[in-house]
Amino acid sequence: MMSVQTMQPGARETAAGGPRQRYFYPYADNGGTVVAIAGDDFVVVASDTRLSSGYSIYTRDQKKTFQLSERTILGSTGCWCDVLTMTKVLRARMQMYRHEHNKAMSTGAVAQLLSTMLYHKRFFPYYVSNVLAGLDENGKGIVYHYDPVGHHDPGKCYTGGSGGALIQPLLDNQINYKNQENVTPEPLTVKKTVSIIKDVFTSACERDIYTGDAVAIQVITKDGITEELFPLRRD
Amino acid sequence: MRFTTSTMDLMPLQASQPFDPSKYRYTGPNVQPRQLPNTRSQAPITTGTSVIGLQFDGGVMIAADKLGSYGSLARYQNIGRLMRVNDHVILGCTGDYADFQFLRDIIDQKMIDEECLDDGIVTRAPALHCWLTRVLYNRRSRFDPLWTTFVVGGLDDDGKPFLGFVDKLGTAYTAPQIVSGMGGHLATPLLREKMDGQPPLSEAAARELLIRCMTVCYYRDCRAFSKFQIATLKAGSIKIEDDLEVKGDWEVAHFSKEHA
Amino acid sequence: MSSIGTGYDLSASQFSPDGRVFQVEYAQKAVENSGTVIGLRGKDGVVFAVEKIITSKLFEQSTNKRIFTVDRHVGLAVAGLIADARALAETARTEASNYRADYSAPIPVRHLADRLGMYLHAYTLYSFVRPFGCSVMMAAYGEDGPELFMADPSGVHFGYYGCSIGKARQSAKTEIEKLKTSELTCAELIKEAAKIIYVIHDEVKDKEFELELSWVGEHTGGRHQLVPKDVHEAAERYAKAALEEDSDSDEAM
Repeated sequence: MMSVQTMQPGARETAAGGPRQRYFYPYADNGGTVVAIAGDDFVVVASDTRLSSGYSIYTRDQKKTFQLSERTILGSTGCWCDVLTMTKVLRARMQMYRHEHNKAMSTGAVAQLLSTMLYHKRFFPYYVSNVLAGLDENGKGIVYHYDPVGHHDPGKCYTGGSGGALIQPLLDNQINYKNQENVTPEPLTVKKTVSIIKDVFTSACERDIYTGDAVAIQVITKDGITEELFPLRRD
Repeated sequence: MRFTTSTMDLMPLQASQPFDPSKYRYTGPNVQPRQLPNTRSQAPITTGTSVIGLQFDGGVMIAADKLGSYGSLARYQNIGRLMRVNDHVILGCTGDYADFQFLRDIIDQKMIDEECLDDGIVTRAPALHCWLTRVLYNRRSRFDPLWTTFVVGGLDDDGKPFLGFVDKLGTAYTAPQIVSGMGGHLATPLLREKMDGQPPLSEAAARELLIRCMTVCYYRDCRAFSKFQIATLKAGSIKIEDDLEVKGDWEVAHFSKEHA
Repeated sequence: MSSIGTGYDLSASQFSPDGRVFQVEYAQKAVENSGTVIGLRGKDGVVFAVEKIITSKLFEQSTNKRIFTVDRHVGLAVAGLIADARALAETARTEASNYRADYSAPIPVRHLADRLGMYLHAYTLYSFVRPFGCSVMMAAYGEDGPELFMADPSGVHFGYYGCSIGKARQSAKTEIEKLKTSELTCAELIKEAAKIIYVIHDEVKDKEFELELSWVGEHTGGRHQLVPKDVHEAAERYAKAALEEDSDSDEAM
């Protein structure tokens, strides 16, 4: 029988019940979910606020979104120490860009930079799930999704993190009209988007123990960024 | 050069004969066997168990017992795991005691360097917390971790209580109550029950709660100990109580068949 | 100077025929051009006083300090080239830090003076380096009571009861010899030190100067620190008053 401890990476059992050897595993899964949905002239980014380790909740008050500029926000989950380091480096690189070119980075430029940064650690990756959201040069909403080593894909709506697999199919259906026939697409509104985000997070935290406590929803429009905190179940 | 294939040999720049693809055989990357990764610090030796920290109205308090365990052996029974960094920062350490002493000496020297400069700039808790995340993350990235978890307490630049957590990977967060080690499972519920959604604790209430948590840890954590320390930090003062002891109540033992 | 044109003064690695190393003597000249620095060893600690010449009115107050803290318990006061002095202070800090890392104890000043002396001396041996253009005083108060050392550009160092370096070192030395330093406390010595700096200051040659004062002793818990503002002001008042008294009695004669 496998005990809870042996299931975790970092603990290894030699024989049944025999002496256990501990070896160092440099990654952790600290959970968390991010969602980003783009509209014609806005983009909404949301993350839950739970930070966990195994069955323990570290804190109920940790957003996983990082505002990178006036028009770009990154949602990042997974191995929290990698998230912290990666965002630190990314911010430094964006600052260097600003000093060199005397302007803020566009969302597309940040997207490419992030991919390059991730691939540079291809053989010792940042164990993170990234969703980058922002307004492009024309003020149109755009969302990029990444794998840990830098593959990325621009799109309209993406999720990442522990609840991502639960939420993505629902958004595909509701936002991109997948598996729906004979419907006329309606343009998204901020109100509708925020409402969908609240619903998907409420649903995700019913099934995913690493998602919960609250969801922080940020809306980027040409007028700036607004933020709302919506409570979720805390168990 | 290590990763270049041997096609150079097959296709010299000035070929005497035309290249014949049918003769070409891919021999794989010419990789030299790499040096084995070092395996130091892959397990803690002398260890300390939980550190409990909480914020109260106007300050922070951190507690840790005084036991240094050698595996299951209660080896050192009077060693402190709390540290006064300077007039503005305190911290406690769970995990390998040698790694703690190593970092403590480095932090001490940092503070001396800072005092020598005498330019009025002082390290506060958020800065030290952030510095520790970088040190621990760098060591984990070199596969030579410092097997420790730190709870850092102090006041931030606005004078508000600050309490931060960093572990051996560099995982970091701040919260009104932080418990490292086994106490994370035992004491956290007690702290959250008294603190979540309620106004800040008074200093006296915080101290009482901390002692309650230390007692529960002593009852249930086999690596915990009765003797413990509490460090209290308020604006302009740090107090470390060194000679505290859990007054265990083992009366219930009589009701147990094995002990009757 | 006798050495000019002889060719024996171009390198620190060559003696002159009469057995001198001119580069080192030039370095000592650099010290002699500097503002005066005195150190007094009393019964419960050591005090430093520095006459920092202000070469421009545009300098900010209390910048370009000539008194450094090397470790919590060690003070270092310098005369000579300030850039050289800073490099030397950094070396001293590294020595103190290494000693702490090795023995987890504060470095004895006697040992620090020794190490710093060796370092200074190393820069008098080779043709590709130039000796340090500064002399340093080191002070501490510890288990062995108050201690004061001075090392010069040649690397020579001694322990002192009272010591002066810089342009007015001779007159400062005369003044120090009038005091029974080892019977005085830091509180008394700091006033005397301030007075000596004011007395030996040459108003004609150098107009402005700033007084720097520091101490280390029993009353500071063995820590070296710049004296508090009120003590500094009191010492300066005492010095100025003593100076006026002197000039009054001069006029009376």
